[in-house]
Amino acid sequence: MSNNIPENLRYSKDHEWVKVDEDVATIGITDYAQHSLGDVVYVDLPRVGDTFATHEAFGSVESVKAVSEIFTPVAGEVTEVNDALNDTPEDVNNDSYGAAWMLKIKMDNPNEADSLLSAEEYEEYLNASA
Amino acid sequence: MSTENLKKTPLNEVHRALGGKMVDFGGWDMPVQYTAGVIAEHMATREKAGLFDVSHMGEIWVEGEGAIAFVNRITTNDVTKLVDGQAHYSALTNEHGGVVDDLLVYRFDEGKLLLVVNASTTDKDWDWITSRVLDEAITLINASADYCQIAVQGPKALEIAQKFTDVNLPEIKYYHFTVDKFDGVDAIISRTGYTGEDGFEIYADKDEAVRLWNDLMEAGAEFGILPAGLAARNTLRLESAMSLYGNELGDDISPLEANLGWICKLNKGEFVGREAMARLKEEGLKKKLVGFEMVDKGIARDHFDVYIGDEKVGYVTSGSPAPYLKKNIGLAFVPTEFAKTGQEITIDVRGKKLAAVIVPTPFYKREK
Repeated sequence: MSNNIPENLRYSKDHEWVKVDEDVATIGITDYAQHSLGDVVYVDLPRVGDTFATHEAFGSVESVKAVSEIFTPVAGEVTEVNDALNDTPEDVNNDSYGAAWMLKIKMDNPNEADSLLSAEEYEEYLNASA
Repeated sequence: MSTENLKKTPLNEVHRALGGKMVDFGGWDMPVQYTAGVIAEHMATREKAGLFDVSHMGEIWVEGEGAIAFVNRITTNDVTKLVDGQAHYSALTNEHGGVVDDLLVYRFDEGKLLLVVNASTTDKDWDWITSRVLDEAITLINASADYCQIAVQGPKALEIAQKFTDVNLPEIKYYHFTVDKFDGVDAIISRTGYTGEDGFEIYADKDEAVRLWNDLMEAGAEFGILPAGLAARNTLRLESAMSLYGNELGDDISPLEANLGWICKLNKGEFVGREAMARLKEEGLKKKLVGFEMVDKGIARDHFDVYIGDEKVGYVTSGSPAPYLKKNIGLAFVPTEFAKTGQEITIDVRGKKLAAVIVPTPFYKREK
């Protein structure tokens, strides 16, 4: 299938996307991830003020059949959480890069996202694992 | 992914062509869902029609003069009460009164019964049943490999199925069946199902499977029929509070504990496990199966622990979102004294204790 992989974002091998705005990273899961999960029925997110190390699990996404943990690609403190996903978890399937942003993290290291994959590298990664 | 060692139904290629996401289900290569997804497949079955490949189920014939007496001696329900063309839900039990499998028993005539058993337990059941024969005048035939089975379920199921047979389907009562031509071939047409909706299960020669499936899909297109996989099959049966062997039932679980007292006719005469069950009934059940719905946000899953206060008292047998009810529900075993509607419980959901409440079952019941 053809994946939607916006150019202006960075990606992790766990299928999270990151949008960097100075030292704030907005994080969600990719189109590939939502497609693998199927219909998303519940998103479990942390609270504002929680802190996470790189690659720590910060929450989970649940489909009818399965639970998938989500890992933060960057370390830092949660500054905002998308509460709308409580009411419309299906946004993860319908608008994974827009309405389904999950949280914003103030990065401990503002350059950490540079070590993540570019859109091109993520696409290569997906093709290699197919 | 290699599926070499997995068993395949005659519809395997069809499932793949329809975009089925294939998984290993008890050694079978089966579709867990198709491109529409589990929620759409579930809702289609509740509102229009769903089509299910259940060819992996097992079929065992018991024939001869001693057929009824034999099956009556190894199952919990009363086989002597069946008439020709009638089926009932029952359980094969072991000497401890635990469930070897749940099944349907079909009576064709006084010398011919068909047992329809679960896919993952067919071999185990065959070994069990053949080992129970004493001196009865019967022949046992494992015909599982010869049959395909397709279920069409939902409010439009009858209208769709009617296109393929001269049998007046409204006349076949629930849990009754007939043998007649369906789409031009001999078939067992059974008004049964595992979804809580009206519908039919069609048993035919396995070589007819692909044609039957495609014809049913085509005939159902005007009604919005969808192929439905194992995930929808599970959410549908859970909303209807139907047991799944391996979850609510097992070798060490009594049907009495699992709300199946209604299929246990302890006064019908001797049967394997009767004594143990009668004793349990007299002593009083220690645990009972209840339905619950989540109160806190979150989803209870199979095997999670159930607490009352700080005490762990039981476990979830099946837990899942319920697509039609738009709630998160489940079945659980709790001690008998807590097994009442309104009882508050908490469930350990991956380290978090979430509130739930016991509710009456079934969670969903279709309008008649």
